[in-house]
Amino acid sequence: MSDSSGASESRVLPVLLPAAERIARAAFRERTQGMPTLRLTASHGVALVGVFLVGCGLARAQAQTYDPDVLATIWKWTPLLARGFVFNLAISFLAMAIGTAVGFFLGFAQISLLRPVKRGAWLTTHFFRNAPWLVLLFYCMFLLPFQVTIAGITIPIPDWTKATLGLALPVMANVSEIVRGAVQSIPTTQWESAASLAFNRRQTLWMIIVPQCIKRMLPPWMNLYAILTMATVLASIVGVNEMMTLTQRALSAESRPGLLLAFYSYVLLWFFLYCYPIARWTVRLEARYAVNQ
Amino acid sequence: MQFVWNWFRWLYEATGINLTIFYDAFDRGRFSSGFWMTVKLSVICIVLSVVIGIVGAWIQRSRLRVARTIVYWYIQAFRNTPPLVQLYFFYFGLGSLLKAVSGGPLVTNVTWAIVSLSFFAGAFNVEIFRSGIEAVPRTTIEAAESLGFSRLQTYLRIVFPLAFRISLPALNNNLVNLVKTTTLAYAIAVPEMLYVSSQIWSDELNVPVMMNVLLVCYFVLVGILVYVMHRWERAIRVPGFGV
Repeated sequence: MSDSSGASESRVLPVLLPAAERIARAAFRERTQGMPTLRLTASHGVALVGVFLVGCGLARAQAQTYDPDVLATIWKWTPLLARGFVFNLAISFLAMAIGTAVGFFLGFAQISLLRPVKRGAWLTTHFFRNAPWLVLLFYCMFLLPFQVTIAGITIPIPDWTKATLGLALPVMANVSEIVRGAVQSIPTTQWESAASLAFNRRQTLWMIIVPQCIKRMLPPWMNLYAILTMATVLASIVGVNEMMTLTQRALSAESRPGLLLAFYSYVLLWFFLYCYPIARWTVRLEARYAVNQ
Repeated sequence: MQFVWNWFRWLYEATGINLTIFYDAFDRGRFSSGFWMTVKLSVICIVLSVVIGIVGAWIQRSRLRVARTIVYWYIQAFRNTPPLVQLYFFYFGLGSLLKAVSGGPLVTNVTWAIVSLSFFAGAFNVEIFRSGIEAVPRTTIEAAESLGFSRLQTYLRIVFPLAFRISLPALNNNLVNLVKTTTLAYAIAVPEMLYVSSQIWSDELNVPVMMNVLLVCYFVLVGILVYVMHRWERAIRVPGFGV
């Protein structure tokens, strides 16, 4: 990946539109971010509500006379599903917190002047970036013990903690890359002027570079969070009691195949309502910060 | 070859690192079939998704409003829902509707995985190619027309090569994501690497070893793809353009 320091000067060929340059920048951003930017709009919500209503209609059409109404059934299960959703949120918060904390360290290690530290951090970052999320999740689910004994005290490790760690690993790698990308996107002149004012490397980093980086890191970081939240449903594959798992249980308890679409679109709607504001805010921040870059 | 297999058996006896996928012929067969299934899934999905991307981008420029609207909603639906949900939708939703006369499923789970993953990545590719095409200036196309190129020739020889070079970095990001997403096929029991490994570790009880094998395999697979695509990107880049 090339250094972006030369990107600020205009190198647009007359043969290509500025749009081409914009695409190249977006691709570069997605590469550091490791995944595409979420672009949710209100029309997606409307479409989703439409799907939900169709699902309810289908369920009603397939219902027997003694079956309770679809909406009543969904309402009955909502408290349980909400409890599952809280679990999803808890997993996403924790995984994000752990991933960010460790990822920050790893990101700064990637720009370290010590060669072994730099290489090690680079390898760690790319190892976890290249590994699929599901494989990392399995890795943590099966390899961490279900309890640890420290000084005679046995501490149980519940499933969801392990799932959290499993999701924190890819977050960590992506945060590391976001940090590295942001630090390297600061023009070298900033480093040079800091050096000329006799700042040492640590002071330059903490007092000059990082404050400027925060702005650039915030949009991709928020995007990562929205994607992580959607990825928490992966924990259902390894049997954590989160919203998707509970939905499957509710469906098997009802044993009415007609409810399938209504229930799943209801779950999707919950996730949409949570991720939509985040995605909108991300896009707005991105646009605002893009202007003064 | 037997010498190598025996060495892995010795390794197990000496250190307890139980790599049954090397010394046990049955596990070796299972694992290599899983590995090739992942490679097959990845390659077929990459090719199909690129085809979907090119065709979709072409339709988006068509004069038919209906066709454009259909492609628009296809992109919106597949870009903004989790791929696992799409996979379930195809396999459980559509798959249960398509029954053969004998009562068995008409379309196998492998096919559904290919279809679902290709459409998932294809939705991104349509946008990538479309924005690449839009970045080619009108004047270039006019210049081609003035040189007597037909509409198709202009597209094939002028617009597409330029657009492809512009979109290649974004395309690579998406294809790398696609290869990582193939693991989701596990959820509908496609015998790819993750699924096969889980079978092996539940039979042989060598979970940690197989986990590490799996992680290294994916790291190498994705690493090769990233490396090759970056080399290609650099080889065909438009001089003076790019970040």
